[in-house]
Amino acid sequence: MRLEPRTEATFWLRAMAPILAVMVALALCGFLILWAGAPLLEAYAALARGALGSRFALSETLTRATPLIFTGLAVAVAFRAKLWNIGGEGQLYAGALAATWVGTGAIDLPAYLMIPVIFSAAAVAGGLLLLLPTVLKIRLKVDEVVTTLLLNFVVLLFVNYLLFGPWKDPLSMGWPQAAPVVDSGLLPNLVDRTRLHFGFVAGLAAAVAVWVVMRFTHWGFEIRAVGLNTPAAVFAGIPVNATVVRTALLSGGLAACAGVTEVCGTKGYLTLDISPGFGYTGIAVAMLAGLHPLAVVVSAIFVAAIYNGADSMSRAVGISNYLADVMTAVALLAVLVSSLLVQYRIRRG
Amino acid sequence: MPSNAVQSPPVLSIRGISKRFGDIEANRDISLTLSAGEVLALLGENGAGKTTLMSILFGHYVADAGSIQVNGRPLPPGSPAAAIGAGIGMVHQHFTLADNLSVLDNVVLGTERLWSPLQRRRKARDRLSALADRFGLTIDPDARIGDLSVGERQRVELLKALYRDARILILDEPTAVLTPQEAEALFQTLAEMVSNGLSIIFISHKLNEVLAIAQRIAVLRHGSVVGEYDRAETSRTELATAMVGRAVASPNRTRMQAGKPILELRAVDLWHNNSRLRQASLTVHQHEVLGIAGVSGNGQTALADLVSGLCVPETGELVVLGRPRGGHTPARMVAAGVGRIPEDRHKAGVVHEMTVSENLVLESYRHPEFSHFGWLRAGRILEHARELMERYDVRGAGPDTRTRSLSGGNMQKLILARVLSRRPPLVLACQPTRGLDVGATAYVHQQILDARGRGSGILLISEDLDELLTLSDRIMVIYQGELSAAVPAEQADRAQLGLLMSGQRTTGQSSGSDHAA
Repeated sequence: MRLEPRTEATFWLRAMAPILAVMVALALCGFLILWAGAPLLEAYAALARGALGSRFALSETLTRATPLIFTGLAVAVAFRAKLWNIGGEGQLYAGALAATWVGTGAIDLPAYLMIPVIFSAAAVAGGLLLLLPTVLKIRLKVDEVVTTLLLNFVVLLFVNYLLFGPWKDPLSMGWPQAAPVVDSGLLPNLVDRTRLHFGFVAGLAAAVAVWVVMRFTHWGFEIRAVGLNTPAAVFAGIPVNATVVRTALLSGGLAACAGVTEVCGTKGYLTLDISPGFGYTGIAVAMLAGLHPLAVVVSAIFVAAIYNGADSMSRAVGISNYLADVMTAVALLAVLVSSLLVQYRIRRG
Repeated sequence: MPSNAVQSPPVLSIRGISKRFGDIEANRDISLTLSAGEVLALLGENGAGKTTLMSILFGHYVADAGSIQVNGRPLPPGSPAAAIGAGIGMVHQHFTLADNLSVLDNVVLGTERLWSPLQRRRKARDRLSALADRFGLTIDPDARIGDLSVGERQRVELLKALYRDARILILDEPTAVLTPQEAEALFQTLAEMVSNGLSIIFISHKLNEVLAIAQRIAVLRHGSVVGEYDRAETSRTELATAMVGRAVASPNRTRMQAGKPILELRAVDLWHNNSRLRQASLTVHQHEVLGIAGVSGNGQTALADLVSGLCVPETGELVVLGRPRGGHTPARMVAAGVGRIPEDRHKAGVVHEMTVSENLVLESYRHPEFSHFGWLRAGRILEHARELMERYDVRGAGPDTRTRSLSGGNMQKLILARVLSRRPPLVLACQPTRGLDVGATAYVHQQILDARGRGSGILLISEDLDELLTLSDRIMVIYQGELSAAVPAEQADRAQLGLLMSGQRTTGQSSGSDHAA
């Protein structure tokens, strides 16, 4: 068995490959469901119902997809420039801290000003948080995978300190949570009697904006050139360090917006568990999307649907909802394999 | 070499091999034979099908039709293990060595069972040094591959094949990465092997080499064998015509009056990227090609990077277009009117995964012509690409094609288009034809001379003496970071340049020198 490069890949092949890959992944996970002793069709039906089967299910999926769009975009942008930002989780919490600080009394403005101010403050916080590892990378060649990853824990512990200490809401009956965000800072609801909020629209807008920047501006050109071939970018006179710094600010800022959507949209106040690892899942989301900003939206909704669906599947047929993690992982592997098969064909002999 | 070699029965016979990739017919009905103790050269331009044929022989690809016999026995297709078992050894153009292991480890790698508890190091070492002695491939078995020079690594590749009892050696463009001296040493080794009864297939597109080493020469064009020639009965011109399919005109250089200085280095000392310049002084004038000869690794990188703007002089001065330049960067050098053709086009010249049109504006995307308040002007960029591709004959792709799919020659034409279309007063050309076929080489040479005709000054750094003697008005030799006196090309002779390249000073070379002794 050997791989031979394809001379050309048709549009249909490119378009169908990820869809087929996801089907293959679901089929493979079917074996796990059977192994766990649950009826296969019933389990998948429950998953589909829980993910998309009702107005409520759909709105929950989109609510959950909202922070994933932002963390996915953050990773997509950074990885394009070969800046390995694993710190989405920390940047998310940095954004949540900024949102909480601005939104719980530091200032009070009408909503149409307040919300942009909160998003901006959060983006600045997230961008600055990623700036430190980036400068270390540029100046001293410190590996940003390690520094961004470890900063996640530093930030989380800092949030811990604040929520058990100075920021603890006296009215929270002892729970470690901050004071609620003022009304003007809350993201408005999109659909009645659901949790779906304005953050989802902001996520869509961010995806389009990132796509436009990457595709049509000279900053995007620089990010792509630096990521695809740094020595050639240096030789051509592209300001490589400035490009990496810009990318870091953008990426950190995007991840931080996920903190805003959770604090000001989904929850209304900061707790220690606003993110069940959205920052890390963002990496899978971005990889599933092939680092394409618009595909990040689709992939975030897909991953959110799997997680939400898995919850109701676990209630309906009694198997662990950890299966959602496995399914996401298998889907990611299947998509990576499929993208290889788009470029190469397998020959026997 | 034994004269009866050609009469002996063939050790290898290839019959009717065909292979398609999609619409491309990489090999069409190819038949060849190889006798014991013979060197068969496979000559052809890039993309003629040489590498595909050898990949089929070595079992990397399976042919669509045809068969291969080794010593009269059929070779099972598609199995590198079977090919090795039958005594075929392959030395790839890009080495397949583990940098962090020793020479001995690399040679033994894959010849021992994975689960065997004991390594037979001592035996392996003895066998390796016996082979090395026999073929004059001296090398320290304990040296780390990462510490070896390119020529030494190639010796390890050869030893690897010999250690596996190869009787038929396939060498894919073996001199592409070697200095002239290393190539000479390789040829001696090959002669030694042949006299020991080994057979060699030597893949190349360099006519001189092929005529120097091979007894028979098979020329491939567009996937077919277009002719087989005996060394004694053929000529450079005949081979070149067969290979390209038409007569190749050699560029002609007219005499020109050199103008005012464009580039001056004054006693520059520099240490950059493991490459050194010592008290280097030179001047390039308008309407002039200044050639820098030298064995690679003697300071060419430092010189090229200095003029490219990648580093600054430690002491001394760099004057471009009459203005001393300090704190310069690649972008500033481009803005100052320096057109730079990098040595490594894949690594520094283009971004493979970006389109041809994007690569054509890689140095100028911020120019108002191509971007407007940060927005790229896609229409203009595309139009610019169409125009330049037409003007510089970049083929095999459209403006939206990824640059990866271009052949080496077309990639170099893309770089020439990017650099020369801006009519830079100073052109830096580093190894501008390395790895290119005859047609593309002639094209690059003509473009360089045309730029000179338009008034550019050209600094040409090359390891190819033929190229330097064809193009240059004056030639300097670089050795361990020091530049010799400039010699007018008409008065330069190869022997003298060769001596300077190996570090021996000739006498009586002071007049007209800008060399600080």
